[in-house]
Amino acid sequence: MLSVRNLIDTTSLTADDITQILDTARSFAEVNSRAIKKVPALRGRTIVNLFLEPSTRTRSSFELAEKRLSADSLNMSGSTSSVVKGESLADTIQTISAMNVDMFVCRARLAGTPYLITQNTDAVVINAGDGKHQHPTQALLDLYTIRQNFGHLDGLKVAIVGDLDHSRVVGSLAPALKTMGAEVIFVGPPTFQVSDPSWYGVQQTSDLDSVLPEVDVVYMLRVQLERMEGAVIPSKREYNRLYGLDERRSKLMRPDAIVCHPGPMNRGMEINTEVADGPRARILNQVNAGVAVRMAAMYLLLGGENYGISA
Amino acid sequence: MEYKPKAVVMDDAAMRRALTRIAHEILERNEGAKDIALVGIVSRGVPLAEILASEIQDIEGIRPQVGKLDISFYRDDFGKTVSPVLHATDIPFKGDNENIVLVDDVLFTGRTVRSALDALMDFGRPKTVQLAVMVDRGHRELPIRADYVGKNVPSSHEERVRVKLKDVDGYNAVEIWDAKVEKAAKAAAKSAGGAR
Amino acid sequence: MAFLLKGAHVVDPQVGLDGVCDVLIEGKKIAQVAPSIEAGDAQVVDGAGKYLVPGLFDMHVHFRDPGYEYKETIYTGARSATKGGFSDVATMPNTNPVTDSGTGVRYQIDRARHANLVYVHPIGALTKGEKGEELAEIGDMLVEGACAFSDDGHGVQSAGMMRTCMEYVSQFDRAVLAHCEVESLTTHGVVNEGRASTRLGMFGWPALGEELEIVRDIELARLTGCQFHVCHISTARGLDIIRRAKAEGLPVTCEVTPHHLFLTEENITESYNTNLKMNPPLRTAADAAALREGICDGSIDCVVTDHAPHAAHEKECEFEIAAFGTIGLETSLPLMLTNLVNKGKMSWDTLVRTMAINPRHILHLDPVKVEAGSSANLTLIDPNRKIKVTPDFIESKSKNSAFMGMTLTGCATDVFVEGKHTLVDGVVA
Repeated sequence: MLSVRNLIDTTSLTADDITQILDTARSFAEVNSRAIKKVPALRGRTIVNLFLEPSTRTRSSFELAEKRLSADSLNMSGSTSSVVKGESLADTIQTISAMNVDMFVCRARLAGTPYLITQNTDAVVINAGDGKHQHPTQALLDLYTIRQNFGHLDGLKVAIVGDLDHSRVVGSLAPALKTMGAEVIFVGPPTFQVSDPSWYGVQQTSDLDSVLPEVDVVYMLRVQLERMEGAVIPSKREYNRLYGLDERRSKLMRPDAIVCHPGPMNRGMEINTEVADGPRARILNQVNAGVAVRMAAMYLLLGGENYGISA
Repeated sequence: MEYKPKAVVMDDAAMRRALTRIAHEILERNEGAKDIALVGIVSRGVPLAEILASEIQDIEGIRPQVGKLDISFYRDDFGKTVSPVLHATDIPFKGDNENIVLVDDVLFTGRTVRSALDALMDFGRPKTVQLAVMVDRGHRELPIRADYVGKNVPSSHEERVRVKLKDVDGYNAVEIWDAKVEKAAKAAAKSAGGAR
Repeated sequence: MAFLLKGAHVVDPQVGLDGVCDVLIEGKKIAQVAPSIEAGDAQVVDGAGKYLVPGLFDMHVHFRDPGYEYKETIYTGARSATKGGFSDVATMPNTNPVTDSGTGVRYQIDRARHANLVYVHPIGALTKGEKGEELAEIGDMLVEGACAFSDDGHGVQSAGMMRTCMEYVSQFDRAVLAHCEVESLTTHGVVNEGRASTRLGMFGWPALGEELEIVRDIELARLTGCQFHVCHISTARGLDIIRRAKAEGLPVTCEVTPHHLFLTEENITESYNTNLKMNPPLRTAADAAALREGICDGSIDCVVTDHAPHAAHEKECEFEIAAFGTIGLETSLPLMLTNLVNKGKMSWDTLVRTMAINPRHILHLDPVKVEAGSSANLTLIDPNRKIKVTPDFIESKSKNSAFMGMTLTGCATDVFVEGKHTLVDGVVA
């Protein structure tokens, strides 16, 4: 059983928790490979997908996971500025909770929103990304993909490259990798670096080419182009030249090293097509793992303490 | 203190005889080994299915295919029990038009078999599904019965009926335990293991 | 009405008092201070085991009146100040409309007189609407009773405009009080930049965003000769910069809040307690330690609360959109007593200077002394009485205290404002 009641961040997860989720996900991956990709595990359970910030990919992945677990799901979207609308988030959550739901899957623009939800409901809460804080299921599917490739996580060296400071993926992935015994290094222009890498216990550098030959995994982050160009990086062209993963840089990597990306990719910016579609890329494996990992997280959390465990 | 079962109702020889008999019964009913597949229910049903497959091979010269089924995702008591470790489900055949023999160690309430039937249907449309168990201990809660039974063992709710298998436990036997004694035995084994 | 405060330990460095004596109040004034005074007709207030000091003064509070009466009014704010042991407060002008005219100043004074508890000294805005664009009617406000000028809530972003403000104010012999924040550096910041912003995944408010503007404004004070006071300093470096300016003899003073002294960014956990969202933000443990040293050694002139009431719905929401600020009037003195004075880290003498004497001096108000003829603004403190910070304990209309739930040792039991007994054994009159 997991040591947490809700999945808010990866910093609260133990190595056993992560291992259990990944192992369970492997069973669900088998379910997903069947002709009939559905099990009755969460039959009759109600899950609310509360997406306060649009996200087609993450929401689709959660929705598929819910359907394949036979849960009933309800999609709610809206803007986080509930205060502007006149209803506070607390009111929204209490209102939905009054309809006896079992789980909230929440994506929010603001950090800490999932915790706030836990304070207003008895339902289980899964964080599907909160501001630039955390995105735990993304980190777990990344770990699943990496473990599937190498057979283990401990001792691996992972470079996370790009817009580190604005990334919730970093917030979840770096601590989870450390918990599992992997080594992490951050790479990006100084305007993208986190202000205190020591919080993660990692080194931070701007020199991508010197890092590439050292690592087993190159994890390229998405650059929020529309927000960043001209503000903290000069142009797409310059970013691609300095930090883009292209054919030349791919050749600097170890023979068995792999490339991951949380998507959606900006081809020609942080990653070039020849790498994105090349033999190192595990980007579609990540997407594939996403459904199984989310099924595992929901299965383990809803089977958890709030329903009481007995032999 | 030594923890012992209340009774040993089958020993190694008795179990072998029963499995050989079941193999014959399966062949008789299905008129040979063609189109038969054995599916063991995780966990002890799997080695039992392998033994039955070997017995059938010895008799007919054809070894039926063997699959394994983890029914965790199909349980109707989900939330009360969650398997800490999930085992892979592996059905290496199409699941259509075969005569499938589900194999488990103990038939008790029938709920496990009910879940297994649900799970099996997600893989295809078998021609028939039959059920083979080492022990039927009674107390059914659903209208389910076994087609092949190693031994009927009347038991009380306070008792636990355990099928021990060489591959898992190091020896073959069917034992009846007092529930409290078994619990104490497990706790003692756990603390001894922890001390190592 | 006459009161005899009997047997309290009187501390007032202005008159060299530090020992047990009796104080007789008659009408609005102190009539007599002597080792032993006969009660006569006067009502006796037993001061045994307590400390009697000049009335505490908080020179940085937000009473939200007019405009945001749902958060606080001058009446509820005055009750909160009285509960905390204060006889006087100075109110910041970020009301609605902004207190940028004589009318606004007069309104606050009249309302406070009506409340008849604490003495309210309004601070006028430097620029119209605190927009940092045009000079406010500073002279008009002065005539109506404004004690100082500030655009608190914002820094004046344009150096040129700030120069104009300081030059203009310099003619009046009054201080400019500045909230120092370079907005192009702090942008979306909600927590200290560094460990806290990284850990919590929120935008950082860098220490430099404060320090750079302190440097700028000190140089403007040098240029214009205007008296300059830095509001709520929060960083060790900011304090060093001010120390150097003082050493040069520049007319510079500063203040600190209890939350920057006794809380740090580490107090903000994954539960995102919005009552810990401040501007400037809670800083590092090293910063707080440097500030505690600064207040004890006299480098920091005064303790203020930056009492910032906000309604529940403005705080019970996501951290990043929650309002900035904590209330503080009820907890300021108890925190200073619990954490510094009772532990022997700060003398009573320094406590009285930073919470009663210096604010009046910075604001050019008449000093209040424990001597015959002085205005009878006095605070009686029980250093051993325990209080628990609960919503019921708070008199403020808003309950957004960063210190909610804490148990503190030491508080004011009685307050006199011009001879009126406003706090009677811990209960607001």
